[in-house]
Amino acid sequence: MASESLGMEAGAEKSDGLVFHPMDQFIVKPFFGEGAVGTFTFTNSSFWMVMTVLAATALLVLGTSGRSVIPSRIQSIAELCYGFIRKMVEDVAGKDALPYFPYIMTLFVFIIFANFLGLLPGAFTPTSHIAVTAILAMAVFLTVTVMGFVKNGAGFLGLFWVSSAPLPLRPVLALIEVISYFVRPVSHSIRLAGNMMAGHAVIKVFAAFAPMILLSTGLGLLVTPLSILAITAVYALEVLVAFIQAYVFTILTCVYLKDALHPHH
Amino acid sequence: MATEATQTGHVSPVSLEEAGVCVDSHGGAIGMPQLCGEWMGNQIFWLLLTLVVLYFVLSRVALPRIEAILAERQGTITNDLAAAEDLKVKAEEAEQAYQKALADARAEAQAIVAEAKAEIQADLDAATAKADAQIAAKAAEGEKKIAEIRETALDNVKAVAKDTAKEIVAAMGGKADARTVTAAINARMKG
Repeated sequence: MASESLGMEAGAEKSDGLVFHPMDQFIVKPFFGEGAVGTFTFTNSSFWMVMTVLAATALLVLGTSGRSVIPSRIQSIAELCYGFIRKMVEDVAGKDALPYFPYIMTLFVFIIFANFLGLLPGAFTPTSHIAVTAILAMAVFLTVTVMGFVKNGAGFLGLFWVSSAPLPLRPVLALIEVISYFVRPVSHSIRLAGNMMAGHAVIKVFAAFAPMILLSTGLGLLVTPLSILAITAVYALEVLVAFIQAYVFTILTCVYLKDALHPHH
Repeated sequence: MATEATQTGHVSPVSLEEAGVCVDSHGGAIGMPQLCGEWMGNQIFWLLLTLVVLYFVLSRVALPRIEAILAERQGTITNDLAAAEDLKVKAEEAEQAYQKALADARAEAQAIVAEAKAEIQADLDAATAKADAQIAAKAAEGEKKIAEIRETALDNVKAVAKDTAKEIVAAMGGKADARTVTAAINARMKG
């Protein structure tokens, strides 16, 4: 890894000065005590997934417990969230996709809360792990594919047969369409995990430069404020990315759902 | 770190990573922790568990509740709009009644004003006529007096002229006959 070799170089140059471990934050370890990570071990990842569910419950269940016609602040955020995703499902996938709205809402709420909670200092971000996002993406992919065949039968294959293209081109296009269809879960999952991982790693790299002032006053006066500024800027960007990636994941799910419900171009 | 690793290091991190070890002897990450197969099962298990819980929380509690809240709000808004429509119609009716009352009152007021004006005009006309008559009478009387005064003034002028003429004639050494002088004066005064 580039960052790691950078860390080693820096460590070697500055004796035991700056310490670069940008990837350590992604290590999964038991939440209580030490030991190996088994399948059912309650890990830091599990903890933040549970926190995600609790935070989502706090917003969407406790926040709406007033059931007031004139909403409180928290209730209006919950309503905004509901309306945002419901409108997205309706606009992108169509009215007949509304039965799947709770499923899409679950994905969105899980991802956005995991992303935002992961931005808390010291937190673990479950969505920065490809294992997590791959399951999310595969769940969408399998659901959509199975549903496409159940709803349309063999007609679902019409998705790959571009009837608006000239006849000789259609087999070639069909091949491309099939490949792109199977690449969907890969790009769907790596986009989210990659964005979350990259931002967090960059913040850590900048953070490793911050103690420069303790090593050399002259260089530190320049480097330390710059690195703190950079951390702040990247953090602001990450806040944006945390929302945008949840949004992108959700809207792509809606697009795939639309393909399954209406496979004809 | 690097120096320590070489001191204690029995194997290089790369070979550790190849051997499927995800963490070095100091607890640091080797390579990308995301690719560590050892942790994937755990994450998948907890992800499925939390997702299922979240799905049931949302689909059984949160979403129906929010939907009910939104529907209730929509209902309230519709009812309020209908009530507002009713009130608006009532307000329009009230305004029409008010406008009608205002127009009636205005017409009545105009009638009263016209009547009063006519009455005043009649009184004024009568008073004017009376005053005109009085003025005419006074003017006639005044004219008569002026004529009288003019008459007497003419006679006085004649008498003074006669006396003066007689005295002048006498002073010139002439002998004035009263009748001739009077005739001459009268002739002069006519001319």
